[in-house]
Amino acid sequence: MMQLPCPWCGVRDETEFVCGGTTHLARPGLEASDAEWGHYLFFRDNPKGVHLERWRHSFGCGAWFNLARHTVTHEVLAVYGMTEAPPCSGAA
Amino acid sequence: MLGRSVGRLMGSARLAAPAGAWIDRSRSVSFTFNGRSLSGFRGDTLASALLANGVRLVGRSFKLHRPRGIWSCGLEEPSALVDVGAGARRTPNVRTTLLPLEDGLVAQSVNCWPGVGFDLGAVTGAFAPLLPAGFYYKTFKWPNWHWFEPAIRRMAGLGQAPTAADADHYEEVAAQTDVLVVGAGVAGLTAAVAAARAGARTMLLARGAQLGGALGWCADPAVSALTQQAGELGVEVHTRTLAFGVYDHNLVCACESLAPEGALDLPACVLRERLWKIRARSVIAAAGAFERPLVFPDNDRPGVMLAGAAMKYAGAFGVACGQRMVIAANSDGAYAAARSLAAAGLEIVAIVDRREGSPAAEGARFRVLTQATLTAVAGTRALRGCTVAHLAAGNVPAAGGERLACDLVLNAGGYAPAVHLHSQAGGRLRWLPESAMFVPDGPAPGVVSVGACAGVFAREAAVSHAAAVGEALARGHTPPAAPVDGGGRSDALTYVAGVPGKQFVDLQNDVTAQDVELAGRESYRSVEHLKRYTTTGMGTDQGKTSNINALILMAGYTGQAPAEVGTTRFRPPFAPVTLGAIAGRRVGELYRPLKRLPAQAWHAAHGARFETFGDWRRPAAYPLPGESLGQAAQREAAMVRARAGLFDGSPLGKLEVFGPDAARFLDHMYVGTMSTLAIGQARYGVLLNENGTLVDDGIVARLSAQHYWVNTTTAGAERTAAAFEEWLQCEFVDFKVLVTPVTSCWSNVTVAGPRAWQWLAACGFDAALAPVTMKHMTLRESAWEGLPLRVLRASFSGELGYEVNLPVDHAEALFTRLWKRAPEFGAVLYGIEALQVMRIEKGYLHIGTDTDGTTLPGDVGFARGIERKLVNFVGRRSLSRPAARDAQRPQLVGLKSVDGRTLLAVGAQIAARPAPTLAEGRVTSSCVSPELGCPVALALLNGGSERLGERVRVHHLAAITEAQVVKTPFVDPAGERVNG
Repeated sequence: MMQLPCPWCGVRDETEFVCGGTTHLARPGLEASDAEWGHYLFFRDNPKGVHLERWRHSFGCGAWFNLARHTVTHEVLAVYGMTEAPPCSGAA
Repeated sequence: MLGRSVGRLMGSARLAAPAGAWIDRSRSVSFTFNGRSLSGFRGDTLASALLANGVRLVGRSFKLHRPRGIWSCGLEEPSALVDVGAGARRTPNVRTTLLPLEDGLVAQSVNCWPGVGFDLGAVTGAFAPLLPAGFYYKTFKWPNWHWFEPAIRRMAGLGQAPTAADADHYEEVAAQTDVLVVGAGVAGLTAAVAAARAGARTMLLARGAQLGGALGWCADPAVSALTQQAGELGVEVHTRTLAFGVYDHNLVCACESLAPEGALDLPACVLRERLWKIRARSVIAAAGAFERPLVFPDNDRPGVMLAGAAMKYAGAFGVACGQRMVIAANSDGAYAAARSLAAAGLEIVAIVDRREGSPAAEGARFRVLTQATLTAVAGTRALRGCTVAHLAAGNVPAAGGERLACDLVLNAGGYAPAVHLHSQAGGRLRWLPESAMFVPDGPAPGVVSVGACAGVFAREAAVSHAAAVGEALARGHTPPAAPVDGGGRSDALTYVAGVPGKQFVDLQNDVTAQDVELAGRESYRSVEHLKRYTTTGMGTDQGKTSNINALILMAGYTGQAPAEVGTTRFRPPFAPVTLGAIAGRRVGELYRPLKRLPAQAWHAAHGARFETFGDWRRPAAYPLPGESLGQAAQREAAMVRARAGLFDGSPLGKLEVFGPDAARFLDHMYVGTMSTLAIGQARYGVLLNENGTLVDDGIVARLSAQHYWVNTTTAGAERTAAAFEEWLQCEFVDFKVLVTPVTSCWSNVTVAGPRAWQWLAACGFDAALAPVTMKHMTLRESAWEGLPLRVLRASFSGELGYEVNLPVDHAEALFTRLWKRAPEFGAVLYGIEALQVMRIEKGYLHIGTDTDGTTLPGDVGFARGIERKLVNFVGRRSLSRPAARDAQRPQLVGLKSVDGRTLLAVGAQIAARPAPTLAEGRVTSSCVSPELGCPVALALLNGGSERLGERVRVHHLAAITEAQVVKTPFVDPAGERVNG
C-alpha cells in the first residue's frame, strides 16, 4: 500500500485514493477516424519507468491531481495540478 | 562423567536445571496428543513437551506418508504439524515448535488415518517410484480426470479445516515510527538501542515471547543489558509479533499473537491476534539465519534434527532430543553444538564432517571423522543408528562404511540468512561460494540488514555494525556496509552419490534430490519452474530449510553456478498468517455494511419484507398474512393501478448541479439536451461512457437558470457523481459548475395511482401541485407542514405519480400522515417487486438488467434526434462506429409467450435451433402482468426492431417456449395514465 501526496491534504495511504489511469490524454474530436478513436479508447502505454497518471482523493478532499510515479520502484517523483504541465517527461 | 549423571533425570528426556531456562518446573500443564494424556511444564511448547515425553513419531509426510518427527525448534518446521482444538476453534497445520503449551490443549497429527502409528496412507510409500515430482501431470487422465478427483481431493492437504465460522476476535492497528527493527536478537537489540539513543522513535518486533533471539535462553548478560537500555530509552517493544511482509513505501505488516491457537474458549472481549500495519521511515532487518541441513539417504527419519534445534531444546526447555548422537557436520557450528550438548550430559558418538577439516575441531574431545558423510540411517520410526563412510572424489563414498549406534542424528550443515524482508523490499542478493549462502548485496530500498541475516555471524562485528546502522538511520545518514563473513566454510553440495535411499530436499512436500534431477532431465531450466514442477519450497514452511539445497542441486544438474540459478521470488507472508487477522473486524455485518432507509422502522412496523438490493435494505413487498412475496407483488401492483400506492424511493440518487455553466455541462454529459429545459421542467436522460455504452439514467429537472436537480439510478448514485467530478476537474476545467451529492439529505416519498392527487390533497398538499396546474415531467418547490419540498411529477409505474422529496429526517412523519388517510382511497404500500412488475408492463428499461456492457442508446430506442444535437457529449464518437450501425445489433423488444401462460425465465436464450447453436438474444426482464393476466417479458434480440410480430423460440433448461415479438408498453400504450 503506497502513500500518495494529495496536494491539498498531504501524504495519505493509497486506500484513500482512486486511480484514474494515464493523464494528459489528447481526446480526438468527432472528426477522428475509427482507428484514431479506437486507439484513444483502448490503447495505453505501459512503461517500465516513469508514468504520468491521475488520482482522485476520493476518501478525502475529492480533488483530482496528477502524479509522476515510477512503475517499478513506486517512487513518486512529482505531484502537480490537473491543469499544470508535467515537471518531468513521462518517457518510459 | 560428572556431567552425564547430573544431566539426566530418571526415566524421562528432561534435563535437570540449569537446563530449561524458559520452563517453570513448578507449574505442570496437562494436554492431549492423539488421544493420549501427557503433561509438560509452563513455558514448554507442544514440541518440547512431546520430546520430553519421548514422543518421536509426530506426523506423516504429505505425499509418501513417511513417519516423521520433530525436525526444528522454530517457525521453519516442515514436519511436526498438528491440528489443534475443536469446532469453531479448530486450527489446522499448527507448528508444534511454536505452540505454547496450555492446560487442556488437544492436538492431533495430520495427514494420517486412522492414526500416525498405523496409517493406511503409508501404502502410497510402496508406490513411491510411480510418484516422482510432477507425476500428476502425466497420470489420472484416462478415461476421465473427474473419476480420480474426489479421492485426490480427500488426500490433498495436511490438516483439516474447521467447519464453523471463526469464533475469535481480531483487530487491526496502524502505527508509525522512525526506525523499525525486525528481530530482537543481539544485533537487533543493539540496533534498536543505538537508534533510540540517537533520538529516533524506535519500534522493535520479536516473534517469540522472549527477547534475545538465538541467545534468548543463554542468560547472556549483553542481552539483559540491552533489554534494560531499550526500556529506558523508550523503545516500543512488541513480543509475539511476527513481521510477515514489507510492502510499498516501507509499510511493514506484522501479526501479534495474543492467545495461542487452540486455547480454551476466550471471553468475547479478548482478542486472538492483532494485525499491525507499521509505516516506518527506515526498517532494520535483524531476522537471523536458518540452518541448512545436509542431504543424505533417509535424512527425514524421526530422530534426524537440526543441530541448533537440539541445542535450543536442551537450553531453553531442558529436553534431551536423544541420548547418543551423531552430528553430520558441514560447518563449524557442529563443534559448538557438540560442546554445548556434551555439557548437558549427552553423549556425542561422533562428528562426521564432510569438509577436509576445520580449526574449530581443535581440542574437541569427541571422535571426529573428516571428509566423511552418512550413507544410511537405520530405524523408520525411532532412530537406531547410521552408517558413515569416507568420501572419495565426486561425492562418492567408499564402499562398506562403519555402522554407528545412536538415537539422534543432528544436521549442522551451515546457515541460510533470512533475506526475505530484504528481498521483498526489492533488495538484491549475492552468493558466497565459501559459505554456500545468499547474502544481501547492499541494502534494499528502505530496509537495511544487520547480523546473521546480513551474513555477519561473528558476534563483535555484528554488534558494532548494528550499532552503527541504528545510529546512521536515526540521523538520516547512509549506513555502513555489512562486514560479511558467512559464518565460516560450508560445502555447497552435500548429496551422496551412488548409494540407495531417498535423499530429501524438502521434507514437507516429499521432494528428493532425485526429483530435482528429474526436473533438470526434463529440461526445466528456471528455478521458478523447478519450484512448481517439484513443489519444493511450496509447503507451509516455504522452503526455509530446503530452498538453498534445492537450487544448489539444480545448479549441479544443469551445469550452472548457484548464483546463476538464483532464488525464486520472495513474497509475503514470511510465515502463515490467519485470515482472521487480515479480516480484523470486517466480518459479519461489518463485512459489507448495508444502507438503510431513513424510515426503516416505519416500514418494518407496517409489515415490510426487507431484502437486499445492491447496497440497500429495502421492502421487497408488504405481504398480508398468508401471502407469498410474488402474490403480494401482484396485489400491490394491481392496487396501485386501480387506486393508489405509497413507495419509499429514498435510495434514488440525487445531485445538485449548480453554476453558470451547469446547463452547458449537462449537455456535454447527457445524450439528450438539458439546456433547453424551462425552469420547472424535467426530462429523462441517459448517460454513456466513452465507449458509447449506457451507464446510467434518470430524470433531470431545472430549478433555476443555473440550478439543476439530477436523479440517477440507485446503484449509480455515487458512481455518477464521481463521473461528473472527473469530467469537470480533468476535462471541462473551464466550466464553472458545482456538483453536490444530496442523496442522503432528501427522502423520496412516492405516491402513485389514479387517486394519488386526491390522497395528497387530503393530507394538506398545496393545490398548486394538482394535475391541472402541475403537468407531468415538471418539478415544483413547495412546502408541507413547514418543511421544504421538491415535488417531481414523474412515474416509473406508468400511473399518475408524485415523487415528494423532503428533508430526510421527516420521511416518517409524511408516511404516517399519508397512511392514516390511506383507507379512504383504498391505497396500499408497495415495494420493489411491485414496482418491477409495473415498469416491465410499461416496457421501461432498467440499466444493467435490460442493458449490458455493449448496449448503445440506439439499441433501446434512445437515439432519436441525436443528429440534431451539436454538442460532443460523452461517448458520442462511439455511436458512429460501424458496429454501432449494424442492423443486427441486440435491440430491446417485448415478448409474450404464445400460450399465454408460460413465464419466460430471465436469462433464457433465444435461438432458432436447439443447443449447441449461436443464440440470437436473451430474456432480460419477465413477470406476470396483473392487468393483462398473462406473462410479459423484455428481451434483447438481434435486429429486434425489425422483427415485430415474429415468433421466436426461447430456451430454458430442457424446455423450449414459443414467444412473439411485440411492441411495448404492454399496458396503457398511449401513455395517458400519467396525466392523471
